[in-house]
Amino acid sequence: MKKIFALLLAVMMVFTLAACATPAADDEADVKSEGVMTYEEYAAAAMDTEVVVETYVQATQSWWDDSITVYSQDHDGAYFLYNMACSEEDAAKLTAGTKIRVTGYKGEWAGEVEIMDATFEFVDDGKTYIADAADATEWLGTDDLIAHQNEFVSFKGLTVEASTDASGNEAAFLYGWDGSGAEGTDSDLYFNASVNGQTYTFVIEYYLCGADTEAYQAVQGLQIGDTIDLEGFLYWYEGAQPHITSVIVK
Amino acid sequence: MRKNWIRALSLFLALSLCMALFSGCHGSRGLPNFVVPEALDESRTFELTFWAKNDTNKTQTEIYQKAIEDFEALYPNIHVTIRLYTDYGRIYNDVITNIATNTTPNICITYPDHIATYMTGANVVAPLDELMADAAYGLGGSALRYDGPTESEIIPQFLGEGRIGGVQYAMPFMRSTEACYINKTYVEALGYEVPDVLTWDFIWEVSEAATEKNADGTFRINGQNVMLPFIYKSTDNMMIQYLRQADAGYSTPEGEVLLMNEVTEDFLREIAAHAETEAFSTFKISSYPANFLNAGQCIFAIDSTAGATWMGTHAPLSDISEENLVDFETAVRMIPQVDPADPQMISQGPSVCVFNKEDPQEVLASWLFVQYLLTNDVQIAYSSTEGYVPVTAKAQESEVYQDYLSREGEDNDYYYDVKLKAAKLLLAHTEDTFTTPVYNGSASLRDAAGQLIENVTKSTRRGETVDDAYFEKLYENVTALYRLDQQQGMGQGKAEFGALPGTAVTLLAALGAAWLGIGAYLVADTIKRQKKTR
Repeated sequence: MKKIFALLLAVMMVFTLAACATPAADDEADVKSEGVMTYEEYAAAAMDTEVVVETYVQATQSWWDDSITVYSQDHDGAYFLYNMACSEEDAAKLTAGTKIRVTGYKGEWAGEVEIMDATFEFVDDGKTYIADAADATEWLGTDDLIAHQNEFVSFKGLTVEASTDASGNEAAFLYGWDGSGAEGTDSDLYFNASVNGQTYTFVIEYYLCGADTEAYQAVQGLQIGDTIDLEGFLYWYEGAQPHITSVIVK
Repeated sequence: MRKNWIRALSLFLALSLCMALFSGCHGSRGLPNFVVPEALDESRTFELTFWAKNDTNKTQTEIYQKAIEDFEALYPNIHVTIRLYTDYGRIYNDVITNIATNTTPNICITYPDHIATYMTGANVVAPLDELMADAAYGLGGSALRYDGPTESEIIPQFLGEGRIGGVQYAMPFMRSTEACYINKTYVEALGYEVPDVLTWDFIWEVSEAATEKNADGTFRINGQNVMLPFIYKSTDNMMIQYLRQADAGYSTPEGEVLLMNEVTEDFLREIAAHAETEAFSTFKISSYPANFLNAGQCIFAIDSTAGATWMGTHAPLSDISEENLVDFETAVRMIPQVDPADPQMISQGPSVCVFNKEDPQEVLASWLFVQYLLTNDVQIAYSSTEGYVPVTAKAQESEVYQDYLSREGEDNDYYYDVKLKAAKLLLAHTEDTFTTPVYNGSASLRDAAGQLIENVTKSTRRGETVDDAYFEKLYENVTALYRLDQQQGMGQGKAEFGALPGTAVTLLAALGAAWLGIGAYLVADTIKRQKKTR
């Protein structure tokens, strides 16, 4: 009896392990549904054309006015979904990894390539995907960077540099691009950091990482000269302006 | 004994219910009417909240801070806490949310359109007429500790914009209009001269000329891959001003929507034609007009005079990198006109309102701060940060302000020529400005006006056919989206206060349960008695 029971348990364990490895595997390549573009096709599509993509939510900005802005990515590239039509109820379901099919128009706003006027539906095929952060440190200041626009990336070993507000005061970070914001408001945080002798600007977008998040609070605690590792989405505004989601002071 | 206990319980429940109902009535009626107190109670301390908007401009936030410090020095018993916003829409949204819980700020920078919606709640916004006229604390009042303007020293046109339904609900804080910032160098290179007054025909013609390309696909005028000759920042203003200039309908003062008319459709068809050639685009579709203008990728950039410090090669504020700046001469003109002999342009800019409170002393203290914002120091300092103009003749005519105006172009900072030209444009044309009717729903109509242009422009760029059937569908969609068929006009609307607070739900549930209990007891008691009778 004991032997039969042990054998039964072993068989169950094998099945359980097999189940773990099947359809929801994060590293499985995407097979697009009919009528859905591959990332390559999306990237090649002309501006102002209708696009249909299947992608995975990586993060969202806060829902407002029946729309939501989503940072999304599949195994081949990233899609920024600007002000996508969304009910508050559905917004709560757009958690990291969730697969969605998006229909909208490809557009470019201040250099940021995005899908605008989009609608979406959930794809319930059991697949999820959360992208690992690609190390973009060496791409900074090169033409390689824009090829990874909107992707989840990391920057390592950067040094916090002084930011100067409109009044000429120096600080490790600013509330608002010129220091015109304030603590306790919905101000984005701007900070400068350098690597390989070049300085770049990074942003904590309030509606992505609010004042109660570790990232926001970590930037509030930065000191000029700190060495930091960052993670975030490679957003673009008249040049690279990553929206940072994680800040680790070394 | 048991009977007495039940009677006592019933009496207690009935009294509780009455009390709850009476207090509930009080809540549903809103705040009491504001009555101006005889004097400010100097023995008390007042904590005021001020929700303000800045144009993401550090100097403006510093001016607000200084105004608060200076005011508090004059009134040590009044403390003002500022909450900064960079978007009128967010302030509006937060105020609406806070009306339901009686947690509105004391003072708020806003637009009259928004106030009209706030006013759908009973006594939410304090009427200012009696405060303005008060001999001690009114405009130029004897008890003021600062040199504020009298009523006659406020520009009448600007003051009038805060009157809603015949009552003054807002004081003007700053005023601006829209201006056309022009790459004069490129206009002349295309073989044109910039006229004193632009017409729409001129802008369309030059914009089309600027779309000409070289054999390699670059634009002939700038040698770059990008050229959007005409970019409009606020398409709601674009539509509103065109309709006004063309003497066409927009809305009646009572809130009747006249937006969808023949002139509108003709204008949209014109826009579609120029969107198709990419001679025209908008902020929402492409980005800030200033960024394109300064990069030599735009010839006519229409934006607020309050955005003047971003316009031009030498603009003190810029979002594009130094290497992308192109050197050109910037001209500043009125927005294009239908009839150059009868120019018309929008009057816009922040106003201030005071929210009503249970304590009239708190409202009076708020009013004192609002008036302080109209003093010369604040008016001149804030207006000089951008192409705003002060709202008082007292400030406009002051020696300090006149000196400021006379020094146009002395540097590319405080005396930046484009900024001063923009301010002078409004000063010279205050009589040519107008505002649209304000009522509950007027903010939605404004949004709808802009949406028509955005949709037509996008649709054209996306290759859709813009024909009669398109317009029929467009009007239907925009009407539904902005609920234009449900607009109620001034004083007829009902406030949308959202879900009841949790405490109210609990109270109502308790009352319901009490009634059910009483009912159940009475039924049980009656049955019992009937049984006994049998």
